[in-house]
Amino acid sequence: MAFLALDHVNKRFGDHIAVEDFTLSVKKGEFISLLGPSGCGKTTTLQMIAGFVDPTAGSIHLEGRDLLSTKPAQRGLGIVFQSYALFPHMTASENIAFGLEMRGIARAEREGKVRDALAMVGLDGYGDRYPRRMSGGQQQRVALARALVIKPDVLLLDEPLSNLDAKLREDMQIELRQIQRNLGTTTVLVTHDQTEAMALSDRIVVMSKGRIEQIGTPQETYERPASAFVSQFLGKTNEFPAEIRLSDGAQKLIFGSCEWQAPAGPSGPVTVTVRPEKVGFASPKSDSLKGRVVSRIFQGNHWLFQCETECGPAIVVRQNNGEPQPEEGETVSLIWRKDDMGLRRAGESR
Amino acid sequence: MSAAAPARYPVPWKLLLPALMLFIAVVLIPLAMTIMLSFHKWGQYTGIEPVFILENWREIWSDSYFHEMFLRTFRIAVAATLLTAICGAPEAYILNRMRAPWKGIFLLIILGPLLISVVARTLGWALLFGGQNGIANKALMSIGLIDTPIPFMFTETGVIIALAHVMMPFMVLSVWAALQRVDPQIENAAMSLGAGPLTIIRRIILPQIMPGILSGGIIVFSLCASAFATPAIIGGRRLKVAATLAYDEFLNTLNWPLGAAVAVLLLMAIVLIVVSSNALIERRYAEAFR
Repeated sequence: MAFLALDHVNKRFGDHIAVEDFTLSVKKGEFISLLGPSGCGKTTTLQMIAGFVDPTAGSIHLEGRDLLSTKPAQRGLGIVFQSYALFPHMTASENIAFGLEMRGIARAEREGKVRDALAMVGLDGYGDRYPRRMSGGQQQRVALARALVIKPDVLLLDEPLSNLDAKLREDMQIELRQIQRNLGTTTVLVTHDQTEAMALSDRIVVMSKGRIEQIGTPQETYERPASAFVSQFLGKTNEFPAEIRLSDGAQKLIFGSCEWQAPAGPSGPVTVTVRPEKVGFASPKSDSLKGRVVSRIFQGNHWLFQCETECGPAIVVRQNNGEPQPEEGETVSLIWRKDDMGLRRAGESR
Repeated sequence: MSAAAPARYPVPWKLLLPALMLFIAVVLIPLAMTIMLSFHKWGQYTGIEPVFILENWREIWSDSYFHEMFLRTFRIAVAATLLTAICGAPEAYILNRMRAPWKGIFLLIILGPLLISVVARTLGWALLFGGQNGIANKALMSIGLIDTPIPFMFTETGVIIALAHVMMPFMVLSVWAALQRVDPQIENAAMSLGAGPLTIIRRIILPQIMPGILSGGIIVFSLCASAFATPAIIGGRRLKVAATLAYDEFLNTLNWPLGAAVAVLLLMAIVLIVVSSNALIERRYAEAFR
């Protein structure tokens, strides 16, 4: 049985549909990410779980009890806000203790729990600091400790890492995942950062324009995107116009000068999709896509090639494994394994 | 760099000159003259004699009439300040939570009275509660709620209420500015931790807008303590405060030196109270809000 269940949840603001027909069931201890561009309804969904926004239709249940009939203050959820929303007039310890105080926990017990929470997020000794005197990363940790110290049934994270710089964000991702694994707290993360969603979650809910595009593990959503939107939003994708037609008595997939064996299915125009890191450089003789390197960018652990091919522009990512790489202006042949390639019937988005 | 050698950059100083001259001409010189005046001698038949004596100051120091006057002035100012804080802070909070069109409209309604003269606003109270003929008094008496007119004119309560009304925009603006700095998610954060609406206001919102209430309080207090028009109209001759006292000494008794001493003392008292309370506030909130 689902731990947290959202059933056909809708939210309308006047004429604007913010969230449409959102159905999701979260298992206990699971880490779920709501991923999508800004305005896709992910934050609204989170706020409906939290109780700050009431859905227009649908139901939300937590362990079988109806959340919508429960006041936000009684839902027992831990929330970390994008701005952290720490209480600036309270020290880190007082911030963390606030939720415990509201639950009527005695001072002595409170102090012990606050100490443990500070230690958990690696802030021992910072208890007497005011938020203004802490760095962004430290404030973030206080916010996390404040949300977790009340032992919430569900932890809701609203773009918690977006205000941190890149290096710190990576560190916090690892730490967040570790803390979540140790405590086993069911977590819902809202983010627009696909690498963050993939690094942290057990499952990703990709959203666009208020609708769910795909629900799946990070690998599933990346390797087998259910729609054009998902494949473009999760990492980069090369797309080539192609055609399936009968040639020499067999169905062939034809793009540029290539004639590949086509999978079963009707003839007609299709779009070939392939991830940049799955594309390799082949010998010119092979049955491959011909092109020319327009620019080559060194990015430390990998090379990024921008190529102009017979089927339009293509991006190729090659690992910097010491092998010689083509120069700018060089003619190249692009090839990839058929398993790594996706086919989309022209016109349909899914 | 530029601060190290200001003499090499004379332009800012030259630009300051006009304002500086104005300040010296209309503030510093009259102030110095008033202070000088407070040490001069005055006689019923001799007029002002430019000598240096402490008689005026001794008179204020020893005469209980002046003590009562200053005590009343500050009692009224404190009470009016408290009243603006009690009414103004919730007003600003409600205003801040309003939606788009209403927020602007109500802000205009609150600030609008600043465009009307204090005298006109105070006379409004006189029209409403001015004895038998006050509109409000008449109405209340005609429906039988009260038998005699509500005593408002020439009472301390009346002066306090009228002053609070006149000064309200300053408090609302000050608290409103403090509310602008409050994270809009902070109430949700407190709510998610299990705090009820009253707890949120008492434990989360109030401490954060306290600096705004206090700085608004300083403004309102200093304006109330030195207010002239409102106490003059509502309090009249019967209920004098320091400002109206100084006015009377100058224009009715013609004892300019004594009036000057009263005015200087009032100024010094207000400056002392404002500066020290401001320092206290700064120290109290330095840690969390700096």
